[in-house]
Amino acid sequence: MSRTYASYAHPWWQRLLVNREVAVLALLVAVVIWAVGNVVYFGTTLTMTYLLLDTAPVLFIALPMTMVIVTGEIDLSVASVVGLSSVIVGVLYRAGVPIGVAALVALVVGLLCGALNGYLVAYVGLPSLAVTIGTLALFRGLAVGLLGTTAVTSFPKEWTDLATAQIGTTGIPLIMVPFVLLAVVLALVLHFSPFGRGIYDIGLSPEAADFSGVNVARTKFVLFLLTGVVSAFAGIYYTFRFGSARGDNATGLELQVIAAVLLGGVSIFGGRGRLLGVIAGVLLIGAISSALRLLGVTVNVINIIIGALLVASVLTTNVLPWASSLTARLRRPGTRPQQAPSGVGSSKR
Amino acid sequence: MTDTVPHTDRATEALVEPSRLSPAQRAVSALVRSREVSILVVLLAVVAAATVKNPNFLFSGNGWRDLLLTPSILMLLAVGQAVVIITRNVDLSVGSVLGLTAYLTGRLFVDHPDLPIVAVVLAGLLAGGVLGLVNGVIVAYGRVPSLVITLGTLYIYRGIVLTWAGSNRINAADMPADFLALGTNQILTIPVLFLVALAVLVAVGYYLYTARGGREFYAIGSDPDAAVLYGLRVKRRVLSAFVLSGALAGLGGVVFAARYGTVSSDAGTGLELSAVAAVVIGGVAIFGGSGTVWGAALGAVLLVTINRALPILGIPDFWQQALVGALILGAIVLDRLLASRRARRLVESRDESPTHTAEPGPAEPTDSALAEAREQA
Repeated sequence: MSRTYASYAHPWWQRLLVNREVAVLALLVAVVIWAVGNVVYFGTTLTMTYLLLDTAPVLFIALPMTMVIVTGEIDLSVASVVGLSSVIVGVLYRAGVPIGVAALVALVVGLLCGALNGYLVAYVGLPSLAVTIGTLALFRGLAVGLLGTTAVTSFPKEWTDLATAQIGTTGIPLIMVPFVLLAVVLALVLHFSPFGRGIYDIGLSPEAADFSGVNVARTKFVLFLLTGVVSAFAGIYYTFRFGSARGDNATGLELQVIAAVLLGGVSIFGGRGRLLGVIAGVLLIGAISSALRLLGVTVNVINIIIGALLVASVLTTNVLPWASSLTARLRRPGTRPQQAPSGVGSSKR
Repeated sequence: MTDTVPHTDRATEALVEPSRLSPAQRAVSALVRSREVSILVVLLAVVAAATVKNPNFLFSGNGWRDLLLTPSILMLLAVGQAVVIITRNVDLSVGSVLGLTAYLTGRLFVDHPDLPIVAVVLAGLLAGGVLGLVNGVIVAYGRVPSLVITLGTLYIYRGIVLTWAGSNRINAADMPADFLALGTNQILTIPVLFLVALAVLVAVGYYLYTARGGREFYAIGSDPDAAVLYGLRVKRRVLSAFVLSGALAGLGGVVFAARYGTVSSDAGTGLELSAVAAVVIGGVAIFGGSGTVWGAALGAVLLVTINRALPILGIPDFWQQALVGALILGAIVLDRLLASRRARRLVESRDESPTHTAEPGPAEPTDSALAEAREQA
């Protein structure tokens, strides 16, 4: 289940054809083209604007989540951090704190949430799945505890307008500017920096990464910090976008984020996946949901389709290499394909 | 080090020195130190605190009944989830499976009023088993991570219920009185549904502890690669774990319908995380290979009971979830501390074991390690 370098034996255009990111991007383009042609109103600027506004929280959180999953860890607590930061903005605003300060405090709380996850996973060495199920409940509980069943609404109009503002008359939401900036920076870090190489090394084999000089614990800690801050930012956006701070804001969003990341070609075992594919994955789910909703299909069917896509996507990533190794074995009788060393991938489900 | 038992027969040498305690002493000390007992103590403390504050929590007919009845559903889910997690997998679809079978149960009563109750219960069990089978086949034979697959089927199964049920709701009036009575009936003051959960727990617990198949679950979870090399039927075992988890979630759905009387399409939403939390609190290692269903079931009871006790203890129920989260974190941190202490003890006892000094051949590094250990002592 580790990455096979055998694929480099093929020419670049063949690799491009079987490339996961390209496949997701192609699917996205196909869905958009089909929807523009067949779904009334899908091609309008307004639909596109709302598509981006609605998927923005998932888009943001998917970026650091990708990096966390590439190291072979996972963070299930992101939606609870969204809820907690939303509540903190609400509670502080209600108490008369200037809204800019409230947002800043929410970001710091997000950082602290990430620090707790990161400390327990990276330095104590606990399994991230268990830790973040715990902090999922903890952070959500703090959010609900702070605000109860009430909601803080009536935020200043300039802030709620800011969340839905567009760049001029292009229809592109303003929130896409920080997103694109963050995506570019993180893509550079992940794909073109020693720190980013370290992230992949950790995912492929933490021991080997450690021996080759990667600071495994610090890398993981930093990534959890990043996830916390970005989730808090998404929470602030969420609050102003819907003009409401509630304890149960964004419940269940973690599963949407993880579904999109995995759909985008990131291996849950770590060590494989690229940001481009993930962004395409988020937009693919967003486009399908948006198109089907315009067609009057209910949210249930959309759930089924997203679930089926997720299952199909891992089945293809895992069954295709297996099938190709099988054909390779058939072609050269007597030689068995090199088995992935145990420990890589098998330590995680 | 001077009072260690001298060994004479090399054939009886063990890696770790045999305990000097009698079997009975060892059993008692293992019991006292076991995770299950510590959860039970916490559980009793919670019940005691709530009862002191409000005697009705335990000493009223309703209080006693609810104490046992409310955790029954989560107990069923936790037992199934524990078996799956012991094999180093996870089943996130149980909440959706429960919702689907709960609705199926109600639907069967509405559409076929003459069906005997037993047939409906079996149908729920079977439906859950089939949904579990789907998970199991994909995970075991598709060689794909269970976290992803069951996340996918979580969406798919929930989507199926939502489509099927729409905004329909099965009400108590739609179901036969005999079936709903299952939710309230008691035998010797113990609710029937709790007895069902208990029977499942005992059966699965006994199987895991004694049967060859049960031990194989642990072997697979400890080291899947080794289990394959050893010749265990890993795929079939993993498959059966998922079928069990699905069937128990199906039974949970039937119990849900009997207990609450109304079923809508969102029944059981989010229960998967509670089930995993119960299992983790119960001391089952999230990476498989260790833990018991007894612990998982106690974890489920503790989770549910804490939620019910908090308002009585004067803590607003808004804070329940935060406490549950802290409890989960506490449980896994505690596990890590205990595990590292145990590992240190084992290393120490190995280094101090007399069999080690008698080792012939190239034992230079061990000897120096031993000298180091002596210096430190």
